[in-house]
Amino acid sequence: MSDIPRISRRSLFRGVGSATLVAGCAAKTPTPAPAPGLDPAAPPLAGTALGPGPAPLRFTLNGAPQTLEAAPSTTLLELLRHQLDATGSKLVCDRGACGACTVLVDGAPQPSCMTLAHDVEGRGVTTVEGLATNNQLSPLQRAFIEHDALQCGYCSSGMLMSCQALLNRRGATDAAAVEHAIAGNLCRCGTYPNVVAAVLSVAKGGA
Amino acid sequence: MQPFALIRPTTLLAARDRVHEHPRARLFRAGGVDLLDRMKEGLDAPAELIDLRTIADEKSLRGINPDPAGGCQLGALVTLAELAAAAELDAVLREAAGSAATPGIRNLATLGGNLLQRPRCWYYRNVDLVCLKKGGDACLAVTGENKYHAILGGGPSFIVHPSTLAAALLALDASVDIAGDTPRNIPLADLFVGPKQDPTREHSLGPGELLLRVVLPPAPPGRRSAYAVAKEKQSHDWPLVEAAVSLSLATGVMTQVRVVLGHVAPTPWRSREAEAVLENQAPSADLFRKAAAAALAPARPLRHNAYKLPLAQGLLREALHRAADLPLPE
Ligand SMILES: Cc1cc2nc3c(=O)[nH]c(=O)nc-3n(C[C@H](O)[C@H](O)[C@H](O)COP(=O)(O)OP(=O)(O)OC[C@H]3O[C@@H](n4cnc5c(N)ncnc54)[C@H](O)[C@@H]3O)c2cc1C
Ligand code: SF4
Ligand code: FES
Ligand code: FES
Repeated sequence: MSDIPRISRRSLFRGVGSATLVAGCAAKTPTPAPAPGLDPAAPPLAGTALGPGPAPLRFTLNGAPQTLEAAPSTTLLELLRHQLDATGSKLVCDRGACGACTVLVDGAPQPSCMTLAHDVEGRGVTTVEGLATNNQLSPLQRAFIEHDALQCGYCSSGMLMSCQALLNRRGATDAAAVEHAIAGNLCRCGTYPNVVAAVLSVAKGGA
Repeated sequence: MQPFALIRPTTLLAARDRVHEHPRARLFRAGGVDLLDRMKEGLDAPAELIDLRTIADEKSLRGINPDPAGGCQLGALVTLAELAAAAELDAVLREAAGSAATPGIRNLATLGGNLLQRPRCWYYRNVDLVCLKKGGDACLAVTGENKYHAILGGGPSFIVHPSTLAAALLALDASVDIAGDTPRNIPLADLFVGPKQDPTREHSLGPGELLLRVVLPPAPPGRRSAYAVAKEKQSHDWPLVEAAVSLSLATGVMTQVRVVLGHVAPTPWRSREAEAVLENQAPSADLFRKAAAAALAPARPLRHNAYKLPLAQGLLREALHRAADLPLPE
């Protein structure tokens, strides 16, 4: 798409400015609709209600059972980083768009910034902290070092989780499958070829 | 995000009643991908999220099931990852589902939520701006940055419909089952509301109404289909333009041709003009070129999106060539 001119922040806001002038309406900041007083006499609910304050939550983090409390508006990423001190999963976009916060929920990779903490009730979460055993890096982690698959390292914990999920699922694999598996992990340092090489080396049994 | 209560109803009725009482303050939540995005931006601030995934008494919300009429039913809670992996589905749908967003998002995002996600227009997504869609009096895209906006069917708002699945499903003549005060089955095309009808909404569901499933009619004999898309990044991005095509090649000529373009118009855009060029004709590169020209003939680009015309023609030709199994000319 190199023939398409890039939009700079400045030109976006210039566009906005002229649009508001033409439209003759200054940009107002709408406050989101306030919650109406909810009917206390509503019929009993078939189901359960959590929050809005902290509510009990149980799940397993890297094999260890957790029993804690979290408000329903807490994302899984916030819970991991702020309440459980598991800061390996990184916060970058907070919108599901970069993959730095990728964790495994019952083995499936997903962005923890778009997952509510309470969504993992009763489930098993694996983060990058769960890859090493007894202070020994996992074969995949060693392969990342061996193949120089990280530079600044900001994407690496998410990258590792997407790649580990692929290895868990497929064992033997090929370059196309690795590229597909990391298609949700943005690396601004451009480590992709080395990540692919690292994963393939583990799939072949080396590190 | 502002605090909210998370409701886990066990019955369909409990979920619907809950939202019906306070449709502004209580929102259904499926995968939550679009919803959390909107809530983090401050565009929506519901007091309660009603989780659809705990509903236990409506089995058809989940999975891909046979339809009594011979086709199949896709539950509203089926994820994009499940659709992409379902070998029994037509290529156009599997390819579209497997191309949207990222692998991690596809594990969360659901079919129903994908069809009902709100548009990506950056003026809409910016909480500090009030355009037609948010009850203001002008579309800011008309005089602003409109690179990603509509070239067909636009006005007074120029959003493009964000759903990748919508284009593919429309090419398969899908309909949707809705649980509401009047339970109904409507053609998928009627789920979408264009800006001329009402610029503040994109779908026709009433308060507390729930999309239960998508119904696919039985495929005509010899049906083939394909999906083609261009994005600025191969992954992560919504399409710039996409084309979804299905046709039947049982007799050497193309019949039941469906041509749908996505991300060119406020609703997924079915091109009857292109279909008329193709129907009952033998596939050929020349004919596909004519069909692509016919599809884009009504297009009226804005200042920054004329690139979408040749892009859409190219993608439509690619999809037609792939569907008809005719090698693409250089
Ligand atoms: C990085 C990124 C890239 C993306 N790229 C694409 C792309 O290329 N193509 C594409 O199509 N999408 C793309 N998306 C959007 C994503 O696919 C949607 O956000 C997702 O499909 C929404 O589904 P959900 O289940 O999470 O919906 P939710 O967020 O749970 O719901 C969305 C809306 O629908 C309502 N709702 C949900 N289910 C029902 C139901 N059954 N009945 C009634 N109302 C309901 C909710 O109240 C809400 O308003 C992308 C998203 C991200 C983060
Ligand atoms: S295209 Fe629609 S959402 Fe975007 S600025 Fe115009 S009215 Fe608003
Ligand atoms: S921080 Fe979660 S995907 Fe970017
Ligand atoms: S190593 Fe820097 S972002 Fe990937």
